[in-house]
Amino acid sequence: MDQAPATEPDPHPEGEGDNATEGDNATEGDNATEGDGVIHTRALTKRFRGGQLAVDGLDLTVPAGSVFGFLGPNGSGKTTTIRMLMGLIEPTSGSARVLGHPMPRAARTVLPQVGALIEGPALYGFLSGRDNLLRYDAADPTADPRTRRTRVAAALDRVGLAAAAGKKAKAYSLGMKQRLGLAAALLQPRRLLVLDEPTNGLDPQGMREIRSLVRELASDGTTVFLSSHLLDEIEQVCTHAAVMAQGRLLTQGPVADLAAGARGRLVVTTPDTGDAARVLKEQGASDVVITEDRVTAEPPDRELADVNATLVAAGVRVRGFGIERASLEDAFVALTGEGFDVAG
Amino acid sequence: MSQVEANAAQGRGAVSISGSAAGRDQPQTTRTRRTTFYGTLFRNELLTTFRRWRTIALLAVLAAVPILIGIAIKIETSDGGGVGPGGGGGGGPAFISQITNNGLFLVFTALAATLPFFLPMAIGVVAGDAIAGEANAGTLRYLLVAPAGRTRLLLTKYATTMTFCLVATLVVAVSALTVGAVLFPLGDLTTISGTQISFADGLGRALLIALVVAASLTGVAALGLFVSTLTTSGIAAMATTVGLLITIQILDQIPQLHALQPYFFSHYWLSFADLMRDPVYWDELVKNLGLQALYAAVFGSAAWARFTTKDISS
Ligand SMILES: Nc1ncnc2c1ncn2[C@@H]1O[C@H](COP(=O)(O)OP(=O)(O)OP(=O)(O)O)[C@@H](O)[C@H]1O
Ligand SMILES: [Mg+2]
Repeated sequence: MDQAPATEPDPHPEGEGDNATEGDNATEGDNATEGDGVIHTRALTKRFRGGQLAVDGLDLTVPAGSVFGFLGPNGSGKTTTIRMLMGLIEPTSGSARVLGHPMPRAARTVLPQVGALIEGPALYGFLSGRDNLLRYDAADPTADPRTRRTRVAAALDRVGLAAAAGKKAKAYSLGMKQRLGLAAALLQPRRLLVLDEPTNGLDPQGMREIRSLVRELASDGTTVFLSSHLLDEIEQVCTHAAVMAQGRLLTQGPVADLAAGARGRLVVTTPDTGDAARVLKEQGASDVVITEDRVTAEPPDRELADVNATLVAAGVRVRGFGIERASLEDAFVALTGEGFDVAG
Repeated sequence: MSQVEANAAQGRGAVSISGSAAGRDQPQTTRTRRTTFYGTLFRNELLTTFRRWRTIALLAVLAAVPILIGIAIKIETSDGGGVGPGGGGGGGPAFISQITNNGLFLVFTALAATLPFFLPMAIGVVAGDAIAGEANAGTLRYLLVAPAGRTRLLLTKYATTMTFCLVATLVVAVSALTVGAVLFPLGDLTTISGTQISFADGLGRALLIALVVAASLTGVAALGLFVSTLTTSGIAAMATTVGLLITIQILDQIPQLHALQPYFFSHYWLSFADLMRDPVYWDELVKNLGLQALYAAVFGSAAWARFTTKDISS
């Protein structure tokens, strides 16, 4: 479903316009190439030296301004994809464009506009939280040294660490480290935020804060690319999502479409479960399951009001009757399977 | 602190506010960019390196060596006897017997004693940890997405290691001079060639020797940096570099290898003593500096080739 943008012929063949934009800041004129999305990969593939195929022919398009959820079981290649997008590892084949520029070639142009949290935070334990951020900011040649302290203080404040800014990072808790990592991604106004499991280790307040932060950034026009295992979280904040398994892209598109893809289930609440199940089967419902006082089934292809009327006519005392909408989690499990074991 | 409070008051809007301020400053930023491109990261790197507990400990050990030598000589000579042979490094005995007459000779003795092992070991630790340590901690990926730039980061690391070479050598020299001045008399001195030079001239030569010793370490620094790009374990990189150092020192003692020895980075290290001849004997000094430049070029290029193409998956 909805892979149309990726399968259309690429109107921007590789190399076009690259030389003109290599040197300095990305000019707004490049927005033309961003019609394809803030992130656009074509047949992106990474085979590690051990022979492990971590990402396999990935065609991903992240629309500008979206909050894009990047899902997949453990080891499905999400972090590897993010590392390729950030120019940390070289793709084995295929190409990736970020903000309209080829990566990793245009890293110097692209990365100052991108904030990233990759596979958890990494900090200098012997430096304070504030000094950690000062160091990361000093590493960015486009960051203005005169506004550095103000920007660092603002970023610390934004993730709720202002009071712990002077504490050594090795004394931080897991959630505090995660917050500091997020602060590093927010040191400058960014056009794209890439967050690999940003709520890992956060307390409920922290998670809510991050969600509202993501929404707020998105409303300012920042595109957010977010990988997470918390599917209700994705459902709450993301406008779009993609699902990966074993290095391959299973699907991508608006979240509403993905969840709608998995059909909802008919739920009847009744004390007469045996009769209800029998009647539902007669009415054409399949996969009927009885749990305590609930009977669930794949809804039949007919008017549900009639189904209910038939139930009542058959003497089934109906307490509740309705369709339970499929969650993103149902869609995810339907796509990636129930199996718990990580693919080798 | 007040800055933090001010921003706390600004609350959530703060980032975008400072963002637009940065936008206004853009033309000035462009003007100063050339100087800050390397400057800010280098300054931060120095600050970070010298705030590490390990760096301080290495410098403390180096500062302690002249103190121990000074005290040992003081004790040994306090009963009226002369200094026996065998103290200090290869260049030592020529200087060590003069320390009781002139404390300035403790500087030369201490440098000769630390150059074969303590100094290069300290450099090996700092250089070996430079890239591998960041990779091990995972901070390397965040420096690179900042984006520090691989070439810029490598040059910054090398410059910082060289600065550490200089600081480490000066720590030995200054510690030795202080101990020498406290325990022994100071004054005019006799060169190896037997001529007399003034104390001021001697001090100048001591400084020159310290600079040459620091320059002698640039080869090890480049080697350590190269090793550091090969692994993601800081400890492994440090151990390998120090191991190579010891191996080379041993091979340099084996007579059968004399054809190879002129290419060992440590082969001409003790030539700095030639600066105490009158006139100065330049031949080996120049060979030493040339050899260090060769090592810096070869291993610097190898480190660059490796680091700019490496997958960062830690
Ligand atoms: N440096 C590496 N060398 C070899 N194989 C690797 C390397 N990094 C990752 N892999 C393999 O690539 C596959 C994808 O890993 P990746 O880290 O991208 O998964 P992920 O989707 O981020 O998983 P998770 O949800 O657990 O974070 C895994 O099978 C992993 O074993
Ligand atoms: Mg991952």
